[in-house]
Amino acid sequence: MWEYTDKVKEHFLNPHNVGEVEDPDGEAEVGSLACGDALKLTFKLDENKRIKEAKFKTFGCASAIASSSALTEIIKGMTLEEALKVSNQDIADYLGGLPQEKMHCSVLGKQALVKAIENYKGAPVLEAGAKIICECFGVTDKDIERAIRENNLSTVEEVTNYTKAGGGCGNCQEAIQQIIDSVKSSTTITPKKPKLTNLQKIRLIEETIDREIRPSLRNDGGDIDLIDVVGNRVIVATRGACATCKAADITLKNFVEYRLKELVSPDITVEEEAK
Amino acid sequence: MKTIYFDNNATTQVASEVLEAMLPYFRELYGNPSSMHTFGGQVGQKIRTAREQVAELIGASPDEIIFTSCGSESDNTAIHSALATQPDKKHIITSRVEHPAIRALCAHLQTQGYRITELSVDKSGLLDLESLEKSLTADTAIVSLMWGNNETGVIFPVEKAAAIAHERGVLFHTDAVQAAGKIPIKLKNNAIDMLSISGHKLHAPKGIGVLYVRKGTKFSPFLIGGHQERGRRGGTENAPSIVGLGKACELAAMNMEKENTFVKAMRDRLETELLNRIPQSRVNGDRSNRLPNTTNISFEFVEGEAILLLMNELGICASSGSACTSGSLQPSHVLRAMGVPFTMAHGSIRFSLSIYNTEEEIDFVIDKMPPIIARLREMSPFWKKSQ
Repeated sequence: MWEYTDKVKEHFLNPHNVGEVEDPDGEAEVGSLACGDALKLTFKLDENKRIKEAKFKTFGCASAIASSSALTEIIKGMTLEEALKVSNQDIADYLGGLPQEKMHCSVLGKQALVKAIENYKGAPVLEAGAKIICECFGVTDKDIERAIRENNLSTVEEVTNYTKAGGGCGNCQEAIQQIIDSVKSSTTITPKKPKLTNLQKIRLIEETIDREIRPSLRNDGGDIDLIDVVGNRVIVATRGACATCKAADITLKNFVEYRLKELVSPDITVEEEAK
Repeated sequence: MKTIYFDNNATTQVASEVLEAMLPYFRELYGNPSSMHTFGGQVGQKIRTAREQVAELIGASPDEIIFTSCGSESDNTAIHSALATQPDKKHIITSRVEHPAIRALCAHLQTQGYRITELSVDKSGLLDLESLEKSLTADTAIVSLMWGNNETGVIFPVEKAAAIAHERGVLFHTDAVQAAGKIPIKLKNNAIDMLSISGHKLHAPKGIGVLYVRKGTKFSPFLIGGHQERGRRGGTENAPSIVGLGKACELAAMNMEKENTFVKAMRDRLETELLNRIPQSRVNGDRSNRLPNTTNISFEFVEGEAILLLMNELGICASSGSACTSGSLQPSHVLRAMGVPFTMAHGSIRFSLSIYNTEEEIDFVIDKMPPIIARLREMSPFWKKSQ
């Protein structure tokens, strides 16, 4: 059994604004019987171009009905510009949250809203350049991209929970993964490490050697001393077992330099003190 | 609020006689049947009796009964045993409407290099035996077909199917979890090699099952451990549940007639009245080849989960084959295999009765269902259009 919040139950058992607005300014139907949920949204504006009345008819489960009820409550009194900013997450939040698998019900509400406003404005129904990715549920690449951005999704399963895309035959799952990858690569910003002064850099190198490097070397009977730092060249002296070890060069490159690149700066190189 | 429980294919209440029979084995008689002392040994005696009671219900002999932990374990054991004892055979035949215990197992085996054939059913959920015959090959290790379908109640001609498999020297298993206790089973008179039963579907507790293995059938254990069940299933016997299952089988044999007269009549009345009172509704599954307790009805233009939750408000328990209740986005695989249109599959409700239901409960549900469907249809964007 789904764990619905009291608010979902309330809006399912006593939904607000069921029906169709007479002589509506905007209307839209999204979903289909085959998909398992469908929503017809109608609205009327007042003289100030605010939504005076919004009504729905929904075929679907409890959360689809509750999401529709919530949507009509949220947008009443809003201008169309304000209404367009309502996200599926806002609908879910209004209901105190929805189970992950049911988030697509809130997305359905958002889709109906966008389409109904487009209908009023006379703009094209399908977003420019949008193409159907999921044939089973008629979900476009734009729908998927928006869900990924608005809800910070990172797996195909999450996309399916939010948009239904990929939940039917599963043929489009690869395409969904590609959309996730492209959205992620365009939004992730690699965190830039703050630029260090020379003194700060030397201190950080010292600390890193003390904390991260020396204990490991001592375990093997060796040791290391920091001799000098010239720009990004770190000059060290190996001691004990390390000094006579044939693998010392490898240790220096693969371990000491690797750790310093990782923790201090990617430009660092490590050299053994000339003997 | 009174609970009206019409979901007996999901699970059943433990019969009070069954509970009574079990209680001493938690308290005074807690010994291990394998022990040398009388204190434990006397429990072994009772397990023997339970084995006889189970065998009696399905027309088998007691040494053909293996106690397991559930129907799924029995199904898994049967398939794995067939594969382990015939390592050169890599083909399994089953159907598209099996319980997940078989379907998911076969899907898993497919990734391990086995070949799976899933036989289709027609729009009534019936199996075409000719297609079984055509699918049998020299490589086929086992045929596994359910006896009664959990969602629609449709009965497969498993005895005929077993005979066909045997003619070609192929093992036959049936998941009889829904059939056992509801329709007569006589394993002495047919060619079925292995058969699964689950206790909690016939008024025994959850956590106990049976695998019947015909005498002379090569067998390889699934759960390896002690010498229990004559080395065919390791693990200390679940004595209280085994005793309970024995009692439940005895009761089921006694109630078999009642199941096929009283329960069947209640089911038929419920079905007929709902179809009469609710327009655009239909029964899924062949109405003549069906378990006596099950009906699966689709109400067009409304969605199953919403129906169930409104029924829940009135204390009525049932199930649905809608996508929203299946945990996936697709409606029931059984209804899809039968080609039930999506518009109907999403609004399907399964009512499954037991001998503990009453005529008054049927009256109540007949009375309450039409307004529930009407209320949701009023909300549905498809309803008015179709009028």
